[in-house]
Amino acid sequence: MEPIIRVRELYKVFGPDPAEGLRMLQEGLDKDAIFERTGNTVGVRDCSLDIGEGEIFVVMGLSGSGKSTLVRLLNRLIEPTAGTVEVRGQNVTAMSPRELIRLRTEDLAMVFQSFALMPHKTVIDNAALGLEIAGIGRARRRERALEALEQVGLKAYARSYPDELSGGMQQRVGLARALATDPSIMLMDEAFSALDPLIRTEMQDRLLELQREHRRTVVFISHDLDEAIRIGDRIAIMQGGEVVQVGTPKEIIAAPANEYVRSFFHGVDITQVFRAGDIMDSADIPLLAGDTSVAEARNRIARVPGNEAVIVDDDGRFRSVVPGKRLAELTPDRSASEVAVTAEPVAEEMPLADLPGRAAHSPVSIPVIDGDGRFCGLVTLPRLVEALDRNRSAATANGDA
Amino acid sequence: MEERINIPVGEWVETAVDWILDNLEPALDGIAWFLGLLTNSFEAGLTAVPAWLLALVLVGLSWWRVSWRFGIFAILALGLILGMDLWDPTVKTLSLVLAAALVALLIGMPLGVAMSRSNTVEAMVRPVLDLMQTMPPFVYLIPAAIFFGLGTVPGAIATVVFCMPPVVRLTNLGIRQVNREQIEAGLAFGCNRRQLLLKIQLPLAMPSIMAGINQTIMLALSMVVIASMIGAGGLGNTVLTGIQRLDVGLGFEGGLGVVILAILLDRITQSVGQRRSRAGAG
Repeated sequence: MEPIIRVRELYKVFGPDPAEGLRMLQEGLDKDAIFERTGNTVGVRDCSLDIGEGEIFVVMGLSGSGKSTLVRLLNRLIEPTAGTVEVRGQNVTAMSPRELIRLRTEDLAMVFQSFALMPHKTVIDNAALGLEIAGIGRARRRERALEALEQVGLKAYARSYPDELSGGMQQRVGLARALATDPSIMLMDEAFSALDPLIRTEMQDRLLELQREHRRTVVFISHDLDEAIRIGDRIAIMQGGEVVQVGTPKEIIAAPANEYVRSFFHGVDITQVFRAGDIMDSADIPLLAGDTSVAEARNRIARVPGNEAVIVDDDGRFRSVVPGKRLAELTPDRSASEVAVTAEPVAEEMPLADLPGRAAHSPVSIPVIDGDGRFCGLVTLPRLVEALDRNRSAATANGDA
Repeated sequence: MEERINIPVGEWVETAVDWILDNLEPALDGIAWFLGLLTNSFEAGLTAVPAWLLALVLVGLSWWRVSWRFGIFAILALGLILGMDLWDPTVKTLSLVLAAALVALLIGMPLGVAMSRSNTVEAMVRPVLDLMQTMPPFVYLIPAAIFFGLGTVPGAIATVVFCMPPVVRLTNLGIRQVNREQIEAGLAFGCNRRQLLLKIQLPLAMPSIMAGINQTIMLALSMVVIASMIGAGGLGNTVLTGIQRLDVGLGFEGGLGVVILAILLDRITQSVGQRRSRAGAG
């Protein structure tokens, strides 16, 4: 898939002599040494990223790691010192002011940590700001702003002023302002960080809901790991201006690139991150029909490492699990289904945290089905214990570090 | 004998004034013509309106923009001015204040915007503003009288110079204090430089700019009174006559007129900067 945003070898050095700072960076000096010698601050260092169309891409790091600088380099609120940013193949870094303004009005929208609403404008006129700047007539832009306010559930407050709303509502106005211009890319800079935890979760849900209705590319800056895992399709972790790791939440948890990333994930409950679909066995499970004989079932099970078979119907929908050892109780010509256990299947998305309870009450492995009820795989007890143990040992390793 | 050092700053200034008189006369005439036109139009306009109508407008503004209590105060205060037979000098002073403040705002606000956009401009203008504000106001009267003679026009010019600094400073300050994320919001949604100024910076700086306008108008009023010494007329003239005749009563009456005008102008201009409380919101 062609990435919608392509960042290549991007650098940003702030200070009296950015070119000198850049040269020293490329010679391999570190941030502190450069600041000491030249007074230049390194914002972003050798950053290359591909962000795919329609994904929520979270950039995470501690304050000062360069994540806010990075997002401002994407729409050139900050001029890069070196490197390129491309949006849909157009080189943003080389754009003329006119082209840049067109890109900002048509393709990119931004949501800010402090909301950055205009206190002298009503909610609807705030939501219409981007359209007003783009030169769209009053009636038309108010109509579109009202649609955007409806999407964030604030239609009733259109005539209020921002200072009459709570923080969460103000940020929904900020979100509506971004949505009103119908951008293909939304840049969200710590958009929910100033909100109370409960409101923050609510806003995350709303964002995910909006994504389900209309997929946009979202670049989301955050320092909150739970938020990143919750909403991020992929996460980039920044440290000292550098992107140290990019991947899905699971990939990063499974193999953190360094100690910094590992420490970031300290205390994260991976039983909420991993799901039944992630730890199930799907290969080498014999699939039987309802009338399969005991002889054939024994035969099929003997050929695979596991000790269970699964009975499915003609459409592949799960029926029951056949435990191998109980087949011995029957004569070979009987039907295997006579000893089958109709275990209650779980969905692929069920969090790891909910599986032990199921396993405890089931004489067989936990069957996993997809949204249509078709059989996907089995979560065996050893698999489950292994996954839970990894969570525990990861936490202990961090505790010692 | 020790020789005294004497840097002839005064002589230099005189030379400069002479040079300006000799070489820039057309420019001076142009300024005088423009200001004369402006002050005369304001005065003609305000005196053409019947006293009761002008008073009604002022009371109406006080009532509507400030409060009903202030409206009642305005009725009593304007009644007092009419009763003291000071209506004509008050209108003359008001028209001078409005004309001078208007010119000061027309020059001062763009200058403040220019200062906010460039540190170099700010560094150059700031000391000039300091000079304009700390120089005793009487000093402006001398060159004004030399260049423009006596009368309303030199009074208006001295007033323009004296009352301009607050609006310049507060426009500059207001724009510079606009929150960085709000500027970024404007830019991120595609503002060009003009849109950024008109749609983001000026509206957000407006409380500060309005404070500057209020201060400029108040300074204009105080200077207009002083400018009566070179024949600007108005309430200052009443005070001046009181001083010359050692007539305490007349001086006090003139002073009271100035105070009343000051209070009315102050409250009404202050109220312009605030969002009106929305009656029957919802």
